[in-house]
Amino acid sequence: MNKILSAEFIAPDIKRFVIEAPLIARKRKPGQFVIVRVRENGERIPLTIVDGSPETGFITLMVQGIGKTTKTMNQLKSGDFVQDVVGPLGKPTHIEKFGFVVCVCGGVGTAEVLPIAKALKEAGNRVITIIGARTKELVVAEFEMRTVCDEVIVTTDDGTYGKKGFVTEALSAILNTDRKPDFVLAVGPLPMMKAIAEMTRPYKIHTEVSLNSIMIDGTGMCGGCRANIGGKTQFVCVDGPEFDAHLVDFDQIAQRQKQFVAQERISLDRFVHENHTCKLDSYINQQEKS
Amino acid sequence: MENLPVLTKKDRMAIPRQKMPEQAPEIRKRNFNEVNLGFDEKTAVLEANRCLDCPRPTCIDGCPVRIKIPDFIRMIVQKDFLGAAEKIKEDNLLPSICGRVCPQEEQCEKTCVLRGKFQAVSIGRLERFVADYERKYGNFTPPHFLPSNGKKIAIVGSGPSGLACASDLIQWGYDVTIFEALHEFGGVLVYGIPEFRLPKEILRYEINNLKKIGVKFIKNFIVGKTLTIDELMNEEGFDAVYLCVGAGLPWFMNIPGESLMGVYSANEFLTRVNLMKAYQFPEADTPIHIGKNAVVIGGGNTAMDAVRTAMRLGAETATIVYRRSEVEMPARIEEIHHAKEEGIVFRMLTNPVEFVSDENGWVKKVRSVRMELGEPDASGRRRPIPIPGSEFDIDADLVVVAIGNGSNPLISQTTPDLKCNKWGNILVNDTSGRTSKRGVFAGGDIVSGGATVILAMGEGRNAAKSIDEFIKTGDWDETDRLSQPTP
Ligand SMILES: Cc1cc2nc3c(=O)[nH]c(=O)nc-3n(C[C@H](O)[C@H](O)[C@H](O)COP(=O)(O)OP(=O)(O)OC[C@H]3O[C@@H](n4cnc5c(N)ncnc54)[C@H](O)[C@@H]3O)c2cc1C
Ligand SMILES: Cc1cc2nc3c(=O)[nH]c(=O)nc-3n(C[C@H](O)[C@H](O)[C@H](O)COP(=O)(O)OP(=O)(O)OC[C@H]3O[C@@H](n4cnc5c(N)ncnc54)[C@H](O)[C@@H]3O)c2cc1C
Ligand code: SF4
Ligand code: SF4
Ligand code: FES
Repeated sequence: MNKILSAEFIAPDIKRFVIEAPLIARKRKPGQFVIVRVRENGERIPLTIVDGSPETGFITLMVQGIGKTTKTMNQLKSGDFVQDVVGPLGKPTHIEKFGFVVCVCGGVGTAEVLPIAKALKEAGNRVITIIGARTKELVVAEFEMRTVCDEVIVTTDDGTYGKKGFVTEALSAILNTDRKPDFVLAVGPLPMMKAIAEMTRPYKIHTEVSLNSIMIDGTGMCGGCRANIGGKTQFVCVDGPEFDAHLVDFDQIAQRQKQFVAQERISLDRFVHENHTCKLDSYINQQEKS
Repeated sequence: MENLPVLTKKDRMAIPRQKMPEQAPEIRKRNFNEVNLGFDEKTAVLEANRCLDCPRPTCIDGCPVRIKIPDFIRMIVQKDFLGAAEKIKEDNLLPSICGRVCPQEEQCEKTCVLRGKFQAVSIGRLERFVADYERKYGNFTPPHFLPSNGKKIAIVGSGPSGLACASDLIQWGYDVTIFEALHEFGGVLVYGIPEFRLPKEILRYEINNLKKIGVKFIKNFIVGKTLTIDELMNEEGFDAVYLCVGAGLPWFMNIPGESLMGVYSANEFLTRVNLMKAYQFPEADTPIHIGKNAVVIGGGNTAMDAVRTAMRLGAETATIVYRRSEVEMPARIEEIHHAKEEGIVFRMLTNPVEFVSDENGWVKKVRSVRMELGEPDASGRRRPIPIPGSEFDIDADLVVVAIGNGSNPLISQTTPDLKCNKWGNILVNDTSGRTSKRGVFAGGDIVSGGATVILAMGEGRNAAKSIDEFIKTGDWDETDRLSQPTP
């Protein structure tokens, strides 16, 4: 059992947790994740380690409530416990001085990019991060991102904040200048990562994406997270989660993510039924700070 | 003890081998309760009376840990069931588990003199009987302990090999900690072998006993990730490490369609159902796809467990597809027999070449070729060869690939001075379990490739002995030759 030291909503349905996990806090590197089981009989889900410090023994996670498990987790408050936390898992991001780096992220992916952007900056790169969101209130971690990057560009689909439009347009603007990026990292929804991969491919810019296949053990034991990378089967939990975007078969991953939609629906319906949540909830909860 | 009538050898040989009471096939094929119900006292005593108490008991030669078989069986005849349990435990820590899952027909019962016309004594079933009896009626009496010697031993992996090693070391005065990557202890016994063959309650009971005698259990801890072996030894003060991390890296067949929806490795399928309790979905959160037509590829215990699990989850048809013939199947005979009773279809000499997709990316057929048997291969079994032009399709919306496991590279990747063979199995010095790294020992499936529970336990106990020797003498012969096991 790991104790939650703080939990607060930073956007509707996105909660930031600080959790006690001393060994993981000591060992984790940017790009790595933990597997969390929220409760007894709960699912094991992967969550990126957003931050962590060996001094305090705490790690930070940011969770977007999209289904039963993440929504259950987002009901937890400071002082509560999560059943299991194991990690750090996955290979750390390869950090080196590339020169000019562009990070592209959307939604909770921003949280995942934060520690990587920081490390890339510390390695001496010029780092521009493009954050995309549907609408203003879904932009997370912008402030933290600004403190670690040379420049942050925000785009919203509806134009309520930053530039109106998609992250792809912001990247396209950069690609059209003379100084092309030496390295691009994209973390977010699959269609976004796929689009970015197609944009950088003609320029042969080394591009990495962080894949989010469905996982169970996270240790390479089950093969459920497998993905086709350049024609070879790789296990995202141990060989990734980051891969060369130009080798990834995105369509297959998108398909495999839909394996359990029917069951996920049942779980979510039960959750909603048991918790009598209404549309307002995420807003009500948002005010709770603890 | 009662006065017993003295039976002659002829009397004993006249007693038929006693049947194991079991759930009826048509009922059990839809539930996860244990199939075998166990002997009652009367049946156990009757079966025990079949043993001839041979002066040179050949059965013992068949048991990898050399349980004193006639001795414990004699105690059953005398109705000293708790004494019999004690006797077994001198050599085997987990009789309730081995009595259920050992391939007895290949081991102790294979070398029993009665094998053949008279049928071997049901050694495994008797072993299970006394262990269950002890769990029900016995008081747990802690074993005799040597005084604490202050030495710390780390055991990596909580499968049968780790449990056996821990049990010995704790009694010899060591401070023993078991590290487990998952959130439950037991290794394959908890995530692989299903409830209907090995109720988890039994495993929990055994693990609790180990906790009672002082073994420390730490879950959610991945050695190599959370801490490395070097960190355990240099920073956390462990004097020796035993690696028994199992063979946990599922092999796929590398044929088209392997990533279609509805295609699982046996590890994933069984982990979802056993460890994550997907059979209780939606009470438990982890989902599993329920197939109408389930096809399981492979012929070992894992394949049998997967196919019978698919049937219990509600499949209309459940089929084993195996490329050799039935005699070559490595699964326990009892499991094959039970599977057939449950209506599992066996398609022998059949090998999948492709998983065919429907329009939504779900598997809908297993394209296969028929095989014939050629010359014996390295394993001594006749090599299957495809018959040209014999392709045909089997309907399937759930496919489980159960063709074996390789070794998980997590430990070897983070421990460069640990020598492995080209399959990633850790190399050890013969029976001592010593690896190429000072103070580090290894055993169980990670060394031998997929083997059996009892062999893994035997190696755990051997390692305990070697660890004890190493701690006492500090000797570590760097020139030791490491053997090259083949998986
Ligand atoms: C390496 C890695 C790091 C991740 N880091 C974070 C993070 O920091 N914060 C965060 O909020 N989420 C993160 N995720 C995604 C998170 O694990 C999923 O959102 C979660 O498992 C969904 O569980 P659920 O029961 O709430 O929803 P479900 O009802 O199970 O799923 C809802 C939908 O989400 C999709 N989904 C299911 N499982 C996953 C999955 N493992 N990854 C992505 N999509 C999934 C499916 O399309 C599904 O239909 C990460 C995933 C991976 C693989
Ligand atoms: C489905 C199935 C059915 C079987 N049926 C039978 C049967 O009927 N009879 C029989 O005799 N044998 C059977 N076997 C084989 C038998 O279960 C194995 O030979 C035996 O469990 C091996 O024991 P072990 O202790 O070496 O490893 P395992 O039981 O595999 O345990 C290894 C443990 O180590 C953990 N681990 C791995 N890496 C790390 C790490 N880095 N840090 C911490 N922990 C780690 C794993 O999570 C696991 O819990 C079966 C196997 C399977 C898969
Ligand atoms: S441990 Fe296995 S092989 Fe040995 S006597 Fe018991 S059932 Fe037979
Ligand atoms: S060989 Fe068979 S009959 Fe003889 S002692 Fe062993 S179990 Fe009894
Ligand atoms: S999650 Fe099981 S192998 Fe990756």
